[in-house]
Amino acid sequence: MTELRYLAPSSLDEAIGAFAAAGSAARILAGGTDLLVQMRSGVLKPGLIVDIKKIAEMTAIEETADGGFHIGAAASGMALAEHARFGKVWPGVLEAVNLIGSKQVQGRASAGGNLCNGSPAGDSVPAMVAAGAIVTVQGPNGRRQMKVEDVPAGPGRTNLLPGEILVSFTLPPRPKGSSDAYLRMIPRTEMDIAVVGVGVSLTLKDGVCTAARIGLGAVAPTVLLVEAAANALIGSKLDDAALNAAAAACSAACRPIDDKRGTITYRTKVAGVLLKRTTAIAAKRAQEN
Amino acid sequence: MAKLHVSTTINGEPMEFLCEHSDTMLDALRGPLGLTGSKEGCASGDCGACSITIDDRLICSCLMLAAEAEGHEIRTIEGMAHGEKLHPLQQKFLEMAALQCGICTSGMLVASDALLRKNPRPSEEEVRFWLAGNLCRCTGYDKIVRAVLETAAEMQEQGLKEFCQ
Repeated sequence: MTELRYLAPSSLDEAIGAFAAAGSAARILAGGTDLLVQMRSGVLKPGLIVDIKKIAEMTAIEETADGGFHIGAAASGMALAEHARFGKVWPGVLEAVNLIGSKQVQGRASAGGNLCNGSPAGDSVPAMVAAGAIVTVQGPNGRRQMKVEDVPAGPGRTNLLPGEILVSFTLPPRPKGSSDAYLRMIPRTEMDIAVVGVGVSLTLKDGVCTAARIGLGAVAPTVLLVEAAANALIGSKLDDAALNAAAAACSAACRPIDDKRGTITYRTKVAGVLLKRTTAIAAKRAQEN
Repeated sequence: MAKLHVSTTINGEPMEFLCEHSDTMLDALRGPLGLTGSKEGCASGDCGACSITIDDRLICSCLMLAAEAEGHEIRTIEGMAHGEKLHPLQQKFLEMAALQCGICTSGMLVASDALLRKNPRPSEEEVRFWLAGNLCRCTGYDKIVRAVLETAAEMQEQGLKEFCQ
């Protein structure tokens, strides 16, 4: 880790200037819970670290006038948990973010880092995909917005352009009767990496599902938006036939790997099982809204 | 690369130190600052032996760069006792034999203190989940969990507010 330069700019323009100028040698530091581990193990030897936490927009958590949320890319999981309103409006996103690591890791780790780390198993990503989050990125050529599901390009890679920095997530306002949930399968009870993760966000009106989005993690090179599963739920009363069809759609979308955490067969089956369980939790919460 | 000059507050005292750009906060604590109570176990954020707080937020100091301390308030295990008077958690860990080799103990105490400040009467389950990021290879955790619960009960009974400010 020699010849590393640390920079903590207070403006986004300054951060982008330095980040873009340093090219592939530069890394963004939000919570550092992935970056510092990669540096320590020798996987990464960055020449420049741009700490974005002194930029106010990067750590802000704001509820907008219309009931949506802006979450700074570097806002920590603990800051989200401590927010008075966020967990009430987006309980599924919050439970996903709060599954990442220990309390110590929660104090630092951010949804922005989780997304940009590019792991197919990042817990917050399926929940953000289900939530329909839009991300704002900014680079040398200005600002643009992307759907959160368009950010990951493959394990460890994103579709951000050179010099671009993830700035924030925007979550839409919630219609009445809406809620969300996230469940992951791990062989332990805490502190592990998802074998399968499912995020479900839905809206119920008179017991009928009028809108749904499903995010599926750890079963393909990137987190997936499974529209076929959502379509199986929309228009139904979440009866067994609809749930079975949605579960089958989730299993059909899986393109997993075999590894020490789970086999292809296991992950494919569990994706369907978790879809049903997660939908049940989201529906119960939605009925109370 | 010239060293960085960092101005920060550690355990309530203004402090300045020099560090390499790549140094972790744990490197700075155990090196130039001479605060060796925080231990290095895994150096990858898994074991919690290096737990500190920054602006009252519990973190692993091995996963923070020393340069990030600029302008923030750091608390370490060294700030836990008031002079010779042990913090109730420290006292209870001794009484209830909640430590053996001691490597995890600083982190356990800092993390437990952070829990009790946030949640003065946690359930056993809450203590176990909160301390999931602090590994102990000696005690089997049970004595630690019981010591934290016992401290919480006593602190509430006796109103030991001086340690909660």
